[in-house]
Amino acid sequence: MYDSGKILTGLLIFALLVTFPVWYHLGRATPPPEPDLDTPVIAGLAEKECIESTEYMRAYHMELLKTWRDLAVRSGEKTYVARDGEKYPISLEDTCLKCHSNKSRFCDQCHNYLGVDPNCWNCHVAPEEGNR
Amino acid sequence: MIEKALTGSRRYWGWVGILLALVAAGAGCYLLQLGRGLTITGMSRDVSWGLYIGQFTFLVGVAASAVMVVLPYYLHNVKEFGRITIFGEFLAVSAVIMCLLFVIVDLGKPARIFNMILYPTPNSILFWDFVVLTGYLLLNLIIGWNVLESERNEVPPPRWVRTLVYVSIPWAISIHTVTAFLYAGLPGRHYWLNPLLAARFLASAFASGPALLIILAFIIRRVTSFDPGREAITKLSLIVAYALTTSMFFLGLELFTALYSRVPAHGLPTIQYLFTGKDGFGNLVPLMWTSVVLGLVAAYLLINPATRGRDATLLFACAATFVSIWMEKGIGLVVGGFIPNPFEEIQEYAPTLPEAIITTGVWAVGLLILTLLCKIAIAVKEAAEPPAARPFPQRQGF
Amino acid sequence: MEMDRRTFLKMGGLGLLGLMAAPVVDVLLKAGRVSGAGTSAAVTAGRWALVVDMKKCLEAGPSCADCILACHRAHNVPQIPDLQEQVRWIWKEPFEHAFPEQEGRAESLAGKPFLVLCNHCTDPPCVRVCPTRATFKRQDGIVMMDYHRCIGCRYCMAACPYGARSFNFRDPRPYVSTTNPAYPTRERGVVEKCNFCEERLAEGLPPACVAACRYGALVFGNLVDPHSQVRQILRARYTICRKPELGTRPNVYYVVG
Ligand code: HEC
Ligand code: HEC
Ligand code: HEC
Repeated sequence: MYDSGKILTGLLIFALLVTFPVWYHLGRATPPPEPDLDTPVIAGLAEKECIESTEYMRAYHMELLKTWRDLAVRSGEKTYVARDGEKYPISLEDTCLKCHSNKSRFCDQCHNYLGVDPNCWNCHVAPEEGNR
Repeated sequence: MIEKALTGSRRYWGWVGILLALVAAGAGCYLLQLGRGLTITGMSRDVSWGLYIGQFTFLVGVAASAVMVVLPYYLHNVKEFGRITIFGEFLAVSAVIMCLLFVIVDLGKPARIFNMILYPTPNSILFWDFVVLTGYLLLNLIIGWNVLESERNEVPPPRWVRTLVYVSIPWAISIHTVTAFLYAGLPGRHYWLNPLLAARFLASAFASGPALLIILAFIIRRVTSFDPGREAITKLSLIVAYALTTSMFFLGLELFTALYSRVPAHGLPTIQYLFTGKDGFGNLVPLMWTSVVLGLVAAYLLINPATRGRDATLLFACAATFVSIWMEKGIGLVVGGFIPNPFEEIQEYAPTLPEAIITTGVWAVGLLILTLLCKIAIAVKEAAEPPAARPFPQRQGF
Repeated sequence: MEMDRRTFLKMGGLGLLGLMAAPVVDVLLKAGRVSGAGTSAAVTAGRWALVVDMKKCLEAGPSCADCILACHRAHNVPQIPDLQEQVRWIWKEPFEHAFPEQEGRAESLAGKPFLVLCNHCTDPPCVRVCPTRATFKRQDGIVMMDYHRCIGCRYCMAACPYGARSFNFRDPRPYVSTTNPAYPTRERGVVEKCNFCEERLAEGLPPACVAACRYGALVFGNLVDPHSQVRQILRARYTICRKPELGTRPNVYYVVG
């Protein structure tokens, strides 16, 4: 075949590049995320519940946060009413991170595992975490 | 047809190599800008747009000026332009790409550029500029490519291409008008707040663009075996002559109102700053006067039939026109509009080295695209007519 | 299914918000609060305005910067040494620079420092030009920035005739000495400006600059309300605004007579 050598080398390089993410992670044991719920505020909760149902939060907390952002900044609406009627002040720092005060072992751990890097903390100031 | 850009002489690859090196340097500096922010440029809170947006403004003009060959050729059947129209269209394509790149490198948050599409905002002129520029890019790409392909296959282009050509004519005018509206609608920027601005933009565009096209035609004649034809150059040089004098006339009108009325709101402080210096600041004075002198010399050489007819003087006049307008529009107009600032204080602007390298990099991208497109076009045209017999093509439009 | 639930949630939430839209009256009665502010309804119509009583402000002397410090501290405004990359929400300019068109008309004021800030114009050019609606006008008159949406094109800076907008040429964080965790900083590449303390108004508090002024030189209120203090001052005193000839209709007034 005409130039088959070149073609085969090219294909090989291509295959290596495409599968890079797969073998790059081979042999690295990243622990699966276990969101850490052990914070003082959550410990004090009567019902260990998030703002919305756990499945909803797990799947859609980014959508919720974006809705919050638009409500607070664009509509000037600073209170969120959850589906169960509970009211929450709309604030990333003062609501989410009040309960989840262990950002590095909750939000970050999960995001790192999944390779997501929300840029919110370039501006929003995450509360100091205790050394627990 | 793309494969035609992949074979070429040593000289061709040398030129492409130089451009690629400039692109790489620009990209390197752009990475620096992404990392450190626009602080690496000379822009400031007072002069918040600089070289980038200046180049953008100037190049929209170059892009729009393709209409100066397209319109006579397709609407008035000026056959002399038959051999050169495609280069006008491809010049427009590369100029629009440069424009878009200049907008992107100017953004503080380029990753969010799609917000312009996600949240379309009809009251913003920048939104419309984005729309008309992308539209113009597509129009010219589609038209140029199809015309060239039919030429290669020796068939007339499909009818719908002709429709697109008609659309592209007012569209070309619109891109530069909208770009002028970016400036001409801002309260408090006296130098820009001027209904004449769009007309002035178009006039200077129709001088600088065709001037560049003439230079391009000379280069093509020199380095390839394809001859765009002296008749086309003659016609184009007349266009440059008229457009340049119109543009200078408009500038004169503006200067008169400002200088004679002495009303600050007609841009007097900016004009003083640009042409005489003000309060001890005068970075741009040499540039502005160079622009004026080059413009006058070019106008003389272009109006005088003897100098216009001679290749050497014509080339010089075209280069002078291009540089003169580049200085006036690509730097003086944009920077001048910010001086003095809203507090009537003067803060000067000078581009930094990384800013200049990024700017050169974007120009190199544009020239690279232009080179490749011209290479393809010339290869097609050379194949269509062997250099031995080079009759003037008797194309009847379509 | 998932989509449906999401939509349902949003609609449900909005519906409930609608029910609560009635203004909360008691904030009007609380002392030290801004009347009309802090209703839980999503921003009621109005026209917030700030009146600067220059007589009182000048009495405080040129070294007084209480309002400026309070604002910049509350909003984590960076203190950047390079003058040309500075970020400013409220600062002082000599009279003839703040009011260039008045030059020569009020010699007694020449050189006097005037507080300048975003005018929250009734017809704001910055809002008109923004290609993403990252800057927009709220119903209560505040010209807001949505920092989440700003692409940093700086068209608004070219459009603002008051020089009230600042661009983050560099990362501002290293220049914020004491961070107020309650308000986010900004990041490199976005434009910012005064927000009339939108976040404090939502809690019924007056803007930080107004609260910080010990001389009572700053008065804040709603111009739509005929009984508001700002309305009363505008009726009784001689006030000017910056560059009225541009038709932007500023909402920051200066008492000079
Ligand atoms: C009232 C305290 C509280 C607040 C406020 C709160 N959370 Fe939670 N969150 C919890 C608790 C408790 C759980 C665990 C629920 C469970 O295990 O069923 C949880 C679970 C979650 C989960 C799912 C974790 C998993 O196991 O997969 C996410 C994601 C989450 N929260 C995000 C947020 C975000 C984002 C915010 C702000 C919008 C927020 N939370 C506000 C208490 C809170
Ligand atoms: C159970 C794992 C998990 C936990 C815990 C978690 N997240 Fe997430 N987060 C995700 C996933 C998955 C995404 C989606 C990424 C995507 O869609 O690309 C995401 C996305 C986001 C995004 C949107 C990012 C973007 O750029 O669009 C934000 C904001 C966010 N999370 C905030 C938080 C905050 C704040 C917390 C802690 C209160 C948190 N998350 C906890 C899994 C988690
Ligand atoms: C460029 C800086 C910046 C970034 C990045 C940013 N924010 Fe914000 N955000 C702000 C500022 C400033 C405010 C306050 C606006 C005001 O009230 O004037 C704010 C307000 C908010 C609010 C409402 C009030 C509050 O304090 O929580 C929410 C919710 C929010 N942002 C969510 C997010 C999320 C989620 C992300 C990441 C996906 C994010 N923001 C990224 C600057 C930023």
